[in-house]
Amino acid sequence: MSYFLQQLINGLSLGSVYALMSVGYSLVYSIMNFSNFAHGGVIMIGAYIGYFCLTLLGVPFFTAFILSGIGSGILAVSMERIVYRPLRKRNAPFLYFIISAMGASIFLENIVIASPIGPTFRSYPAVFSTSPIMIGGIALGRIDLLMFIISTLSLIGLMYIIEKTKIGLSIRATSYSIKASTLMGVNVDKVIFIIFLLGGLLAGLAGMLFGMKYIVYPQIGNITTKSFIAAVFGGLGSLPGAIIGSILLGLIETMTSGYLSSEYRDLIAFVLLIGVLIFKPTGLMGKTTEDKA
Amino acid sequence: MSWGYLSGILILTGINLMTVLGLSLLTGFTGLFSFGHAGFMAIGAYTAAMITLKFNILPESMFQLQFYLALIAGGLVAMMFSLIIGKLTLNLKGDYFCIATLGFGEAIRLILDNVDYFGGARGLSSITTQGTTTLTNVVIINIIAVTVLVFIIKSRHGRNMVAIREEELAAQTIGIDVFKYKMISFAISAFYAGIAGGLMAHYFGYIQPIMFKLVKSTELTIIVIFGGLGSVSGSVVGTILLTFLPELLRSFANWRLVLYGAAVIIIMISRPQGLMGGKEFSIKGIVRFFAKRRKEEVKS
Repeated sequence: MSYFLQQLINGLSLGSVYALMSVGYSLVYSIMNFSNFAHGGVIMIGAYIGYFCLTLLGVPFFTAFILSGIGSGILAVSMERIVYRPLRKRNAPFLYFIISAMGASIFLENIVIASPIGPTFRSYPAVFSTSPIMIGGIALGRIDLLMFIISTLSLIGLMYIIEKTKIGLSIRATSYSIKASTLMGVNVDKVIFIIFLLGGLLAGLAGMLFGMKYIVYPQIGNITTKSFIAAVFGGLGSLPGAIIGSILLGLIETMTSGYLSSEYRDLIAFVLLIGVLIFKPTGLMGKTTEDKA
Repeated sequence: MSWGYLSGILILTGINLMTVLGLSLLTGFTGLFSFGHAGFMAIGAYTAAMITLKFNILPESMFQLQFYLALIAGGLVAMMFSLIIGKLTLNLKGDYFCIATLGFGEAIRLILDNVDYFGGARGLSSITTQGTTTLTNVVIINIIAVTVLVFIIKSRHGRNMVAIREEELAAQTIGIDVFKYKMISFAISAFYAGIAGGLMAHYFGYIQPIMFKLVKSTELTIIVIFGGLGSVSGSVVGTILLTFLPELLRSFANWRLVLYGAAVIIIMISRPQGLMGGKEFSIKGIVRFFAKRRKEEVKS
């Protein structure tokens, strides 16, 4: 029983970090209707910023955390400016966005490899002791706990912005219809700026958490395929869907590696993706898009 | 540059070209995007390699024939998978088909990674390379592939596919079976990818699941777009350029993929129609091009 509880908690903490990544996907998808594959690059850069803040600058842990969030946010916003805005102004079809996103992700990954940082694997300095906290016979890793707390707090913050503030209202309005919200006086450019900023910020946090839990390397962004699956699983374009999908995926993954074999972990994720697409392509909570002529 | 090196690159170009031709039909002419064609290549490669490695039914002297049969079998098995995937997902709109192919491609790779019968992560090795994927064979197969593709595109079926690309609803209204033609296009592209996979297996002499990662699928789609959607000659030129260019830039090793990524973005922003932009290369066209020039010169 305690083994099960431990897996449950590990799954929740993994899932909450997936959630941090997949809300970035979902925000962009809900407004721009394309899958931003360059999100992985942003996560990777976030992980590196955090790493260098801690090792080279030697700033305190939470400052490094905030810096990596801000850095990734700026990166995401400038990427939107340089890569997506020209396409947006031209009303390019969604596939051009996807291809550009792929290009951007290849670019980001390889510029890190080519730069002096290089392809080496780096591990974060030990900020916390690795000895777990014992609560009633369950061993809780300190990093797992941190992952869970920070992710939950950030997600609550995000939900607050989306649901309660004025800018959140314009984000929600734009996700229904760009045209109509423009007519109502919503500044779409500003909304898109905000969603990339928010997505990038959370991606930076997620990158740093992942780097701490595992290791930092240029291909760490590939982990976003998982968060992408989670977003599809929960329903593309729906924020609560992305969060629930991520947590379920995290649970399924840890349970698979805990009870079956860690080799099947990735396989199950992809089989799940195909299954969802076949039986319920809109995901758990996705908005149904009707094709109007 | 020695001949061996050059012919090696040419063979690689030919292998890429096979898949790109199929993708060109799917993406350029039918308007469907796939991020899973590396998966079909993997299926083709493993099928063909298994046949030449483990099922030696024909006598040694007829190995050439067995190789061709293995290639075709690889193509057919890939096609079979595409029919199943297509049946399930071609009804989905836009992004979702794209996502489904992505999931499929990765799932295939991971399955191959975990099944011991196919060698697991180490893959299959000691596949015969002697007299199999030679430059002559590759060239012949590519010529057949291009010819067949041009015939398909010029036929009624090809025109139906273009109609679907342009406006799906309108195509449906005038009585084109949209689903059927999407299936045909998807199946043909998978068949091409399967054969390319078989050729690849017999060129390298070994195959590993890691060769068929998502990046490979992306690369193939990028080539199609680079060459120009809706242009067979664009795909050919695009493949040749994009296979040779990285080889020439090999001394920059690390920077070439950075340039590659930047180039993709720049193309999307500044010339989204690609190199050929839906036009075909033909002798008539070249003659017309020069005739027009001369006329302009005379005028001025």
